[in-house]
Formats: sequence, structure tokens, C-alpha cells
Amino acid sequence: MWDLCTNALDTAKLRGASYGDVRAMHLRQRDLTTKNGQVGTLAQSESIGIGVRVLANGAWGFASTDRLTREGVAACAAQAVSIAKASALAKRSNVVLAPEKSYVDSWQSPFRKDPFEIPLETQLALLLAADGEMRKVKGVTLTETSMQFRKIDSWLASSIGSQIHQRKVISGCGIGATSFQGGEIQKRSYPNSFGGQHALEGYELVDSLELLKHAPVIADEAAALHAAAQCPEKFGTVILAGNQLGLQIHESIGHPIELDRVLGQEANFAGTSFLTLDQFNKLKYASRIVNVVADARLDHGRGLGTFAYDDEGVPAQCTAIIKDGKFCGYLSSRETAHLIGLERSSGTMRTESWNRLPIIRMTNVSLLPGTWDYGDLIADTSDAILMDTNRSWSIDDRRYQFQFSTEIGWEIRGGKIVRMLKNPSYSGITTEFWNSCDAICKFDHWTLWGTPNCGKGQPMQTMGTGHGAAPARFRNVRIGTAFSKQ
Amino acid sequence: MTVAPRARINMGGKKTERAELRSPRELRGIIETVLRLAKSAGAPETEVHVDEVADALTRFANNGIHQNVFEHGVTVSIRTATGGRTARATTNRLDEDSLRAAIEASLSLAHSEPPDPRLLPMPGKQRYRAVRRFIRGTAALTPEDRARAVRLACDLAARKRQMAAGIFSSGQSQTAVGNSRGLFATYCETHSQFSVTMQEDPAASWAKADSADVREIYPQKLAERASRKAHLAVKTQELAPGRYTVTLEPAAVLDLVGFMFYDFAATAVQDKRSCLNNRMGKQLFGKNINIGDDVYHPLQKGAPFDGEGMPRQKVLLVDRGVPKNLVYSRASAKMARRKPTGHGFALPNEYGEAPMNLVLSGGDSSVEKMVASTNRGLLVTRLWYIREVDPYEKVMTGMTRDGLFLVENGRVTGAVRNLRFNQSLIEMLGKVELMSPSIRATGEESFEMVVPAMKVRDFHFSEVTKF
Repeated sequence: MWDLCTNALDTAKLRGASYGDVRAMHLRQRDLTTKNGQVGTLAQSESIGIGVRVLANGAWGFASTDRLTREGVAACAAQAVSIAKASALAKRSNVVLAPEKSYVDSWQSPFRKDPFEIPLETQLALLLAADGEMRKVKGVTLTETSMQFRKIDSWLASSIGSQIHQRKVISGCGIGATSFQGGEIQKRSYPNSFGGQHALEGYELVDSLELLKHAPVIADEAAALHAAAQCPEKFGTVILAGNQLGLQIHESIGHPIELDRVLGQEANFAGTSFLTLDQFNKLKYASRIVNVVADARLDHGRGLGTFAYDDEGVPAQCTAIIKDGKFCGYLSSRETAHLIGLERSSGTMRTESWNRLPIIRMTNVSLLPGTWDYGDLIADTSDAILMDTNRSWSIDDRRYQFQFSTEIGWEIRGGKIVRMLKNPSYSGITTEFWNSCDAICKFDHWTLWGTPNCGKGQPMQTMGTGHGAAPARFRNVRIGTAFSKQ
Repeated sequence: MTVAPRARINMGGKKTERAELRSPRELRGIIETVLRLAKSAGAPETEVHVDEVADALTRFANNGIHQNVFEHGVTVSIRTATGGRTARATTNRLDEDSLRAAIEASLSLAHSEPPDPRLLPMPGKQRYRAVRRFIRGTAALTPEDRARAVRLACDLAARKRQMAAGIFSSGQSQTAVGNSRGLFATYCETHSQFSVTMQEDPAASWAKADSADVREIYPQKLAERASRKAHLAVKTQELAPGRYTVTLEPAAVLDLVGFMFYDFAATAVQDKRSCLNNRMGKQLFGKNINIGDDVYHPLQKGAPFDGEGMPRQKVLLVDRGVPKNLVYSRASAKMARRKPTGHGFALPNEYGEAPMNLVLSGGDSSVEKMVASTNRGLLVTRLWYIREVDPYEKVMTGMTRDGLFLVENGRVTGAVRNLRFNQSLIEMLGKVELMSPSIRATGEESFEMVVPAMKVRDFHFSEVTKF
């Protein structure tokens, strides 16, 4: 593969490129689902190809091909240069990249069990057994389970001399029970909605989930939700479970800190950000107990945003985003870091596949653990609603105003969970919400959640991101608006 | 026009500028190769999909091109079926060894699952109605062509002291499906889009068009429209949330109504996750609402066959506000004792089918007439981040974006800050007062469909944001 990459770089240089990087990728994926006791999807796929990104005449060009011959990649590289020169017809200024060293390295994400080596019969038997446990519960009308495994090899070569091979193994698994009764659809999912938990792990992730233990629990809850009281509409205290807080971090911290959004490069599609450059190192984003990092290093955990190098060859880093409540960091690339005077990219350029351009993406944007024991937090709360497992999510295009609903809520009175609530939701303004945080649980309750479906870019790219979170408490939050009958 | 210097490496001249897709004969050759290899491997039944794309997209922001990409790729997706078991394996490597490996993978996957007695044999040869959606001019568009159009939009923005951002994309794709029972179908199309956001701090507005024929896209007009609306939106006032009469431009209608498409799937109703459970045949929407699925509509795109190669039928889904019909794959049709409508997804899958070519019939009004007939209300350019809150009442939440205007006494009197809505689509389609003729609408939340602009009363806004 290195020969093809070098060939592409040589061609790009010959054609007039001042900089080039080449990503060859081989992606393998297996998808298994069941529905109502029957196998649904049973598929695997592989895709291999090469993408060439170049700077010529001060502008970017990118071309990709699945023709992995010397002629094929040379034509692809020449086309990338041709496109870059066309870009220069309508460039605003010459692209300048922040300096970076070159690296020659090979890295593989750690895993204990290769999911592609586990017999399919074993995987399907577990899903069908979990499906069966859920179908035993009266009132459940639809059961679904899924596993997804990916193995991604990437070879990055750049004209500054880097040659980096990375192999990532990613696993995902989840189950869900839906109940339709009396003109109402209720659903419960485990361990998270929209496909469950996803991580940079092997089949040990599936083992750790104990699906058969949790299947009857969520099925019971799905059926019971119909008879539960409606979540009230009011201002009050909310405790967010870790899986919901992970998505809250994603939407209201992870996206607004993307420097391409801040600089207007995503204005047409993904939107911009309220975190304009004048807010940098000034804005009181959150209460003093809130500390958030963007950490792609393995030390942070095996998340969907963990790697050794980003897709333009910058080593994984930990960037402080919010320190003691104060906003202090963006996600940047070599191009955007330079634009705001940073000395170096924070290493967040990532691509979905060989046929997509690397763009700024979240890595693992995580809320660092606090000090509270979960039991103590509940006991310390006199009147609140605990909200668990996302059901819907929406936020404006500058990331100010959001609304989330969750699958299930629990009313807390006098330090105890007293009853189930259905249709819980909350909404607010990002900075007001994060400034209302007064308790975060400690590391024992912290999980690095995976969000596998983050869409961004044109053409659209789907990327996995990680979000470490432990349950946390927020005061004076607007509750129940989504289901308001006003 | 800047041309890449020739020489040293044989690039094939103009072929480096625009990819040539394989010929129909080549596609058939790939399928026949797979069927031959699968037969040798002992697969009782085999289905093959071949998909090829050559797409380019020029992206601009801050009045200049900042990303500019091209991709060319082909995939071969193979489904084998044996003894009530079926599975799919996909590869983008076309050599015989790789195809053989994909066949083996498909068979191996299939052998691992328990048999499903409901699995149907693959369909035989079908007849298809021809559609022509391949426009040479679109396929021939070059990066320089796109750059020149982008530059005009950026120059306009600069003259108006605005910032332009957006895309100009063009491309071509083709798909072929064949199986071991003699079915074979092919389809090719071109596509182009121009989308532009004009920013005039602190406001922005937006316009977008999509067509198989790039000659029907007018970038300069779209840029001018977005520019005018952005300027109108600079000074905003905050309006209290509540229920308002709204004029929804076609992109806003599309991105809302598009969320209903899966509710019309027979499998969704059988699974009791459709909002049409127990509601078929009842007066659910206003009597002015008629919705169909029609891949042959002149403003539609897409293949005239489904994931199993079944010919798509035109289906009347909602007749004068009454849900009348669903769409069916072969499997869901058998379960419901109906005929398949040609809307199935490629097997195996758990979702069954969906109408992919919705046409919502329009009226004879216009956005201008809707505004003129509104005493007090809002004109909505576009909606954003729409998600489902309540799947049965079909309550959707989302935000307005890129131009929300106050209408008073029949005219636009100013811009207002963006609002969040929580609105039942079922309720909304019961309160449609006026509709424009339907157009091919394009937004960002749903795939393109044919829908009108709508004037709707009592649209529910729940909260306001800060801009």
C-alpha cells in the first residue's frame, strides 16, 4: 500500500502540488440484527480505496478512487491537483498549514476478542436469546437487537514525510423493546438508544453488557410506561443519567467547539457556533465544577474518538475545553489552528472513509468525573426528575437552544426515587444549562459513551465520537415542554 | 480555465476531468460473473447489485472555495439464499477472487442463521417502465464550471458586504440488479445541487435547488434570493412563542412531511410503530391533503425498481385526507395478502419497505398570496434539526433557520428570532389553508420530494433562541 501512496504523492508533486496527503483505507463491517425473534439484517461488507488531498495554487483539491493500480492512483492524484487549481479560481486566500512534525509509525487499537473471529452462530444466538427474553413480557409489541463490528485499516502518507498505519477494531451492541397500547408508543433501550453502546473494543464489549440480565428489565419498563404518570411541565431540578448526558455534551459542547463551524466553514449545512473567537478564554461556559476535555489518547479510554494520529497525521492529544467552568479550547486542524494563531493543530481531523475528505470532528469530548457517589446524589435531592436514555434531540444551528426527551423518567422526592414518569423532556440555553450544574458523580459511575452516528460535512460523513459522562444534577431547568399541550 | 499539465503519465486526457461510468454491458458482465461463480459455489439462489457513482462537490464559505472533492467507486453486493436462510456480502473489489470471497462470505453468514420459513424465493424476470434521468450536460460539468458559478455567488456576496457559503455538486450514478432466476434491471441518472447561505451579520438566509439537469439550476438567482432575504433578516425582534399562522416554504414542508415516509410502510404498520396503526381508512388529515408515491413523476428521481428488482408502482397513499394504501415489499405483501408495490429495501433487512418518491399534491396559491392573506403570522424559510418527539401523534420538534419573518396585515414587516416548534404533523395536515403548486423541493433533513408551499394555522412554537 505504501508504494501506491508514494506514487500518488509523487504524481501530485509533479503536477504542481505544494502539499499532499494520501489515505488508503480498508474498511470491513459486519451487521447483525433481529426483530421479533427473527434474524433481520445479516450482512458484511468491505471497501478499499484511496483518497488524495492536495494543495495547489494555494487551494485544496481532493479526489478518490477504488482503482488501486499505479495508473489508477496516479490519475486520482492528477485529478486532485486539477481540482485544486479549479478551487484557486475562487479562493479567498492561500491556505497555510500550522507546522507539524513527520511521523513513521504503526498502531493498533487494543482488544481482547476479535469480533470477526467469534462464530456468527454465537453472536446470533445471544441476540435471539435477548430478543426472546423481551418477547416474554406482556404488552411488548416489537423487539429489536443489534450488533455491529468494524475493522478499519488506514495508511496515511504525506508530503512532509509521514507514514502512519493504524488499525481500529470497533464494536457496538444494543437491544430495544417497544410497546404500542391505547394510541401510545413507548420504547426502552439498553444500554443506550439508537444501537446501544459503541466503543473501540473487541467482542469483550458485548460480553460486558450482560444483555440477558437487562432484556426483561427494559421490556417490563416499556410496557409499564403506558400506565406511568406524565412528566409535569415546570421549572425544576433534573438529574441526567450518563447515557443522556453523553449526548447533551455532544450537542451543546462538542459541536460548538469545532473551529470550522466557528470560522463559518460549515455555515451552509451543519451551522455555525455561538463560541465566537472573542469568547475564547473568557466565557463562563459552565459552573466551576464542570471540566471538559477533548481527549483522543488511549489513556482516556477506548472510545469512538480514540486514535494514535488524526487523519492529517497529527498525534492524538488531550485539549482542555472547559476548565473550572471557563471556556478554553477549540477542536482544530492544521489549517484552522493557523487561522486563529494557534501554534499547533489539536489533532481532530477525521474521515469516514477513503472517499471522504478529513474534516474537524469530535474525538472523545468528555465531562470529567466529579466527587459524588450516585446514591448520595439521589439522597441529597429533595425534588427532581431523573431522565434516562435519549429519545429525541434537537439544537439550533448556533448551538444555543436545545430540547431533549428521554425514554423514561423517575420522580425523586425526599431523597428517594418514588415513581416512574413517561414522556420526560427538558430544554434550555446551552450556557445557562451548564452553569446550573451543581453535582457530578465520581469516576465509579463514569462511562465513555459512544455516539456512532454523528453526521457532518458535504458530502455527508458519519463519524463515531466518544463522550465520557457520569450522572449529574442541574437546577432550575425547563421541564416537559416537548409534550406541552399549549 | 486552468488545465493540468499533460505528460509522463498517461492520464487519458479529459477522462481525468470527468469519470466515465461503465457501460450497461459491463454491468451485466459483472452480474453474470457473480452468478456463474455463485453457482459453482453451490448457492441455490443469488442476487447481485452493482452500484457505481462518480460525484463531485465544490464547497465554499467566507466567499471562497474551501473544499473541492471528487469520488469514483463501484460496489458489488451479493445476496445468497439457501434453505430459508439469506445473507448479504458487499465488496468494491471486482476481481474474481474477491467476488468469490464475497459469495463465500454471504453463504457462510446465511448458514449461521436459523431458517425462516417465510423467506420467499427470489423473483423472476420483470418488465419495467423506462425513465430517462441522465443528462449529459450534468455529467460533463467540470470543477472549473462549478468554480465559476461559485465565484459569481461570492462576488455578489462581496458586493453586498455579505459572506457566501454553500455547495455546487454534480455527478452521475448507475445501479443494476440481477438474480439467478433471470431478473435484470438497470438505471442511471445524473444529479446536481446548488445550495447557498448568505450571511449578513448577525443574520443569514438560504436557497437551494436540486435537479437531474444542471441547466435547470440557476446559481446566481439562488444567491440573489438568499442575499435579499439575509439583508431583510438583519434586524430581528423577539416574538413570544405560541400558536401562529405560518407560511411554510417548500423546503420547510419537505423537511417536515418527509418524516412521515416510513409510516406508510406496511412493515411499520405490522410492527405497530407507524402513526397509521388503527388509522387506515379514517379521516386523519384535511380533505385537501392528497399524497402519493410516484417514481415516474417528471420531477422525481430514482430507479423504477426496488431492492429485489420489483417494478415500482404508483401508489395513492392519502386520498382527500384519508390514508388509503400502504407500500409493500414482497414479504409484507404476502403477510397482508396484498400485491407487492415495488418499494422493498434490499434483503435481508428488518424495515421492509418505504415510499421513496412522495408527491404531495399542491394547490393554486403562492407564497406571495399566502403572505397577502395573512393578518398576523410567520413566513418560514427553512427548518433545522427536526426530530420525532411522539411517534404515534407524530409530534416533531425542530428549529426555524435562515430567515423567519413576521407577517402583519398581508405583508412581511420584519424578521424575528428563530423559534423552536413542537408540532404534530397529523394536526398540521388538518390545518392547511392554502397550497402552492408542488415543486421538486430540497432541504437538509429529508431526501428530495415533490411538495408545495403551505399556509398552516395554529402552528405550535414552544421556545425562542437567542438569534
